Amino acid sequence: MKKTILLLFLALGFLFQSFAQADTKTLRWAAATDSNAPYAFYGPGNTLTGFEYEVIQAVAREMGREPVFVPNDWDGLIPGLGRGLYDCVICGIEVTPDKAQEVLFTNPYYVTYEQLVVKKGTPQVTSLDQLRGKNIGTLSQTASFNMLSKTPGVVVKTYDEEVNAYADVANGRLFGVLLDYPIAKYYAFANPNLKFTGPPFGQVTYGIALSKGNSALAAEMNAALARVIASGEMRDILSRWGLWTAMVADTFGQPEDPSLPDTEYRAFVAATAEQPTLLNRIIGYARFWPLLLKASLLTIEVSLLGMAGAVLLGFTLAIMRVYGPLPARWLATLYIELIRGTPLLIQLLILFYGLPNIGIKLEPFVAGVLGLALNYAAYEAENYRAGLLAIPKGQMEAARALGMTQRQGLFHVVIPQSFRLVLPPVTNDFISLLKDSSLVSMVTLVDLTGAYKQIATQTFDYFGAGLLVAAFYLLIGLPFVRLARYTEQRLNPGGRSPGAKGGRFQFHLGKS
Amino acid sequence: MESSNSILSIQDLHKSFDQTPILKGVSFSIEEGDLVSVIGPSGCGKSTMLRCINGLETLDSGVINAAGARISRKPGAKLDTDFEKNAHILRQRVGMVFQQFNLFPHRTLLQNTMMAPVIVRGVPREDAEKTGRALLEKVGLGAHVDRYPANLSGGQQQRAAIARALAMQPKVMLYDEPTSALDPELVDEVLHVMKALDAEGMTQIVVTHEMRFARDASDYIIYMEGGHIVEISDEDEIFENPKDERTRRFLRRFI
Repeated sequence: MKKTILLLFLALGFLFQSFAQADTKTLRWAAATDSNAPYAFYGPGNTLTGFEYEVIQAVAREMGREPVFVPNDWDGLIPGLGRGLYDCVICGIEVTPDKAQEVLFTNPYYVTYEQLVVKKGTPQVTSLDQLRGKNIGTLSQTASFNMLSKTPGVVVKTYDEEVNAYADVANGRLFGVLLDYPIAKYYAFANPNLKFTGPPFGQVTYGIALSKGNSALAAEMNAALARVIASGEMRDILSRWGLWTAMVADTFGQPEDPSLPDTEYRAFVAATAEQPTLLNRIIGYARFWPLLLKASLLTIEVSLLGMAGAVLLGFTLAIMRVYGPLPARWLATLYIELIRGTPLLIQLLILFYGLPNIGIKLEPFVAGVLGLALNYAAYEAENYRAGLLAIPKGQMEAARALGMTQRQGLFHVVIPQSFRLVLPPVTNDFISLLKDSSLVSMVTLVDLTGAYKQIATQTFDYFGAGLLVAAFYLLIGLPFVRLARYTEQRLNPGGRSPGAKGGRFQFHLGKS
Repeated sequence: MESSNSILSIQDLHKSFDQTPILKGVSFSIEEGDLVSVIGPSGCGKSTMLRCINGLETLDSGVINAAGARISRKPGAKLDTDFEKNAHILRQRVGMVFQQFNLFPHRTLLQNTMMAPVIVRGVPREDAEKTGRALLEKVGLGAHVDRYPANLSGGQQQRAAIARALAMQPKVMLYDEPTSALDPELVDEVLHVMKALDAEGMTQIVVTHEMRFARDASDYIIYMEGGHIVEISDEDEIFENPKDERTRRFLRRFI
């Protein structure tokens, strides 16, 4: 037992050490791992690409820094800046007064507008007021969402994935989708069931987000950005991605016509247009093997360490609750009720994004493991408590009568017996912890669920990717069920029948 | 009643559970090598007295001296901080055998006997094992040292429990209705072990309903009722000519 604890602490120590090694020669940049074309996304071959990817490469080069990509979840991008996980975020973040309160923006690297997309055959829409009473889809936390919310009578439906929104226009669930032009161009323009309509709505500016007060870096980036634009490199990048519009040209004061053919756009459309056969699809998944294996490993690591922590802490809590003095009992009960009464996801988010506000910054891996451990400890504690209480009082009495202290009686007599009793529920908890570990994808870890998001957004095959990842969870869980069954049998001394005379658990009743 | 060579003495022991008095001033002392049976109707306090002697229950008031260890409490006083410490010393010198045996089911018989000496006394494992084997042999379980308690009969389990208690080399042995949970045909093998210990000079107090054993084996008998000791008598005298009316009434059912 002591050895296990020691190893755990050593492992945690290493994690803390490897954390926070800021090198001034790098530019750590973040984008959402599940963000889509044409921004910064995983293209064929599972490598990063996109116009934002190219822009940040060019800017970093101009700054003389090595760009380092830090994956994160969309919802965690801005909080991650505050935590110092990375230097900047480039992920189609629209410059708004609200957001400028939270972060420092560089000069714009792209300007665009909101594009309305409706079903083929729908009459022309010229103003947002015509959308009154209609279901309109958009993405949450976007300029178009704000725009729609301010238009009276519009029923706004928010989506996590634009493909799903456009699919709902095609199948009639939505009247239309209002989203940034690049998204509309990549996901709706080539679709024969959909059409662009209306004028450009509003103006949207994308800026690179930095943490508030990092004006030195902002100045450095702005200078680099200006050089990338002035040299014509920006025009080349945006032209190849089919995003060089009159609005952009006007903003940057450069000629309206593209400098290069839109090869990247065409490649994307060609790749998404072809309907893959089932066989091709399966072959296509083969390229995700390395990702899936890495993600599985992370899921296993997080789950095992999380469970180890939960067992140790839960055990301590149970002892406190059953054998501790009154304040300890009270404290343990409070902890258990508090943890069981709040969602694991919220606990994880508080650990990862909330604690930095009071100066505690945890490495994502540590936050994930700790979150699972702290949460499951409450459930483990209740398991062990039940196990401890199930051991007849006479056992502790016999131990004490033999001259053992309460502590010795606990560790040599009561706990070893309750261990076998709680093994089945603890195994069940481990299986559910394995599945709950999917929530650590919310604190930037690319576990199996994180991998699912990446695969699904690249293949648009939410069904297949879901089945694939589900199968991985199942496969990982199976050996643990087996292992638990084996240990349970092994720990069962004598292999006697439960009805044996003077059975294993004798209850000492009454005092005569 | 305390005499100079008494190995165990109890003075004015009071104990209540939830305001209900169970022991209302119990005093007696016994000498080394005595085998004393405690009899009396259910609820008379005999088991509680035994548990107090071993420090398993706290006292409300009274003094217990056993084998050089002493626990005490003045009436109305708070429990002494040293109480548990002294009770711990006491328990190491006074062995206890329970009605339900309370063997450790996750350990073999040999391990059951080795545990306390190794953990509490720090006896080397080899020595504890040697002692354990010898004791199990002595109670007739030499062939079963590696078996688990649940695979044995009640009589075997109780004999193992006696061996386990003896492994701590107690000066006094307490038995709390040691044969009550046994099938009738298994009673004798346990009583036989206790008689053998008596022959070796072990001091023993037995709370029992086995009147035949009490009469045959005891040096004298304590009759308790309603939290008091009613009568302490020679074993033959109490059965043939009880002094107290209550004793007579109780024993009538057995004769």
